[in-house]
Amino acid sequence: MVNNGVILEVKGLKKLFPIKEGVLGKIKGYVYAVDGVSFNLKKGETLGLVGESGCGKTTVGRCILRLIEPTEGEIIFNGINITSLSNSEMRKFRREMQIVFQDPYASLNPRWTIKNIIGEPLLIHGLAKKRELHEKVLELLLKVGLSEDHLNRFPHEFSGGQRQRICIAKALALKPKFIVLDEPTSSLDVSVQAQILNLLMDLQQELKLTYLFISHNLSVIKHVSNRIAVMYLGKIVELADKEDLFSKQLHPYTKALFSAIPIPDPELTRKRNKIILKGDVPSPINPPSGCRFHPRCEYAMEICRKEEPKLIEIEKNHFVACYLEM
Amino acid sequence: MEVKLSKMPEPLLKIRNLKTYFFTYAGIVKALDGVNLDIYKGETMGLVGETGCGKSITSLSILRLIQPPGKIMEGEIWFKGRDLLKLTDEEMRKIRGKEIAMVFQDPATYINPVLTIGEQIAEVIMLHQDLKKDVLEMKIEELMKKLEEKPNEKLKAKIEELKKALNNPPNPSKKEIKKVALKKAVEALRLVKMPSPEKVVTQYPHELSGGMRQRAMIAMALSCKPDLIIADEATTALDVTIQAQILNLLNEIKKEVETSILIITHDLGIVAEVCDRVAVMYAGLVIEEADTFSLFKNPLHPYTKGLLNAIPKLYGNPSRLKIIPGFVPNLINPPSGCRFHPRCEYAMEICRKEEPKLIEIEKNHKVSCHLYG
Repeated sequence: MVNNGVILEVKGLKKLFPIKEGVLGKIKGYVYAVDGVSFNLKKGETLGLVGESGCGKTTVGRCILRLIEPTEGEIIFNGINITSLSNSEMRKFRREMQIVFQDPYASLNPRWTIKNIIGEPLLIHGLAKKRELHEKVLELLLKVGLSEDHLNRFPHEFSGGQRQRICIAKALALKPKFIVLDEPTSSLDVSVQAQILNLLMDLQQELKLTYLFISHNLSVIKHVSNRIAVMYLGKIVELADKEDLFSKQLHPYTKALFSAIPIPDPELTRKRNKIILKGDVPSPINPPSGCRFHPRCEYAMEICRKEEPKLIEIEKNHFVACYLEM
Repeated sequence: MEVKLSKMPEPLLKIRNLKTYFFTYAGIVKALDGVNLDIYKGETMGLVGETGCGKSITSLSILRLIQPPGKIMEGEIWFKGRDLLKLTDEEMRKIRGKEIAMVFQDPATYINPVLTIGEQIAEVIMLHQDLKKDVLEMKIEELMKKLEEKPNEKLKAKIEELKKALNNPPNPSKKEIKKVALKKAVEALRLVKMPSPEKVVTQYPHELSGGMRQRAMIAMALSCKPDLIIADEATTALDVTIQAQILNLLNEIKKEVETSILIITHDLGIVAEVCDRVAVMYAGLVIEEADTFSLFKNPLHPYTKGLLNAIPKLYGNPSRLKIIPGFVPNLINPPSGCRFHPRCEYAMEICRKEEPKLIEIEKNHKVSCHLYG
């Protein structure tokens, strides 16, 4: 039941975190972490999700795997709505969707050997045992560029880049179709980051994987993605093909974000017009009315304060949520 | 071998052959092993390199803030005609914060959470500045205001008396000093374009956002108008749009208060954006030093080339990223000869044996590599 090769569809995803008060835990408000996000992913493509800290990009990634229960909205994976599945049914689906986290230091059990860490998902799902398990783990290890003598070592014996390779091997163990990559290279140096990005792209081709690549780093996003979604305060403000977005940004926030990124080319970076945004990102506890970007937007009009713009298709495959473009 | 630059004036800060070692149980970690670096007056210098290459240790060594088991073994750090490594602790304390100030990476952990922003900036000002005259000036100003409201012979006489004392001001009380220092703190916050500075001086760090805290930190560093500000990954913890604000601010301030800035970062983009000159570090050594434009246009050292190729490009055609093979070497037992040779595709016989010196190849472009020797 796959239509037009869409593997994942997210419809109106919302996640509110309650803020509790006092001993009784009376709810006094909500953090609007993700507030109505919709997009879909085609088989074999990479969607880049970019935004600043606190914009909800990580929450989106975790909601898709139901590591956090979404408050509202539907997640349709391979034609099946997984938001209403029970935990045991969900476990089967997690074989097909995996996640790689940002911090490879925190996401590996320090008391387990690499063999146990990578073999654990295979054991849980009853896919391999003993000798076969050893072979499968070794195969995965070789696939991510590590060698046999790493098998019985502990996580602390590895560098950051190697640990991230282990995390990737673990995610690949169940032969998933879809992987959420949540800032997989943010804690790594540029030369190691380059190694990991190359590895991820090779694996995608070889295993026909679909990625949701979450990052705050636009240059990394550009390097790996086919399409890019820009988030601001819990909402997608612009979504387009990579080439379109890089040749023409429509939303004022996207423009500012693109111009704020330091480019490692002094001639280019000093010539361009920089848009320096005023102020900070507002709190998602009490987001601004209307368009959430209006307090920092230089083009803000009357309507922006009152009504929320919808994400609409302005050009083919180029969606934007801004009144300027209507 | 020291290179004399032809037409350059004497640098503000001149580091020669600086060696800082850490004595650990596993062995001696040679974190800095002969660093040479020049910073001139009024310039923004960038110091780039990957984790563990010794960029932060360089900045801590300049301020002599290395803690045991670390120790500065040898070298010279010339600053305004003095060798910082030969000063007494007391003399050094007078330089920190006043002549060389530092902005750290994580403003959340560096600021004291139980003091208001105003108190913390005022502390620096009270420590390093003689405020006697400022106190007197403030008193006169206050009396003048009163006089305008209600003319009074007695007040006039008092003002005259105070004015006479301006050349030889009396010792003010602690309360008065604090009041003046807080006033100066507001001025410093205004300089870094903090919104409503009068309010911020009374606020605690947790009431400010990350970007505002970093502004407060910069205000603190600027409050004594230092000759050199060291910004150690000052924008790494911030979001890109906030980072753009802070970088913009640093550039504007530099023009306003004629200070030199040493920017320590792992982000070559930041260097391209704000630095006049840049030094690249690898495994405890400066391996290339040049002005920003020629470094990015014409990198000489194979490591610098590799580093520039490893960054995904924001503009231009995406291609497969070129990677530098291997890992950063262990500094307990660094490779012989050139420290980059095990990872270098051009490595020759001599690279294994002899350590290359940092020499000037083109005008204002120094590199330590046998390829150019």
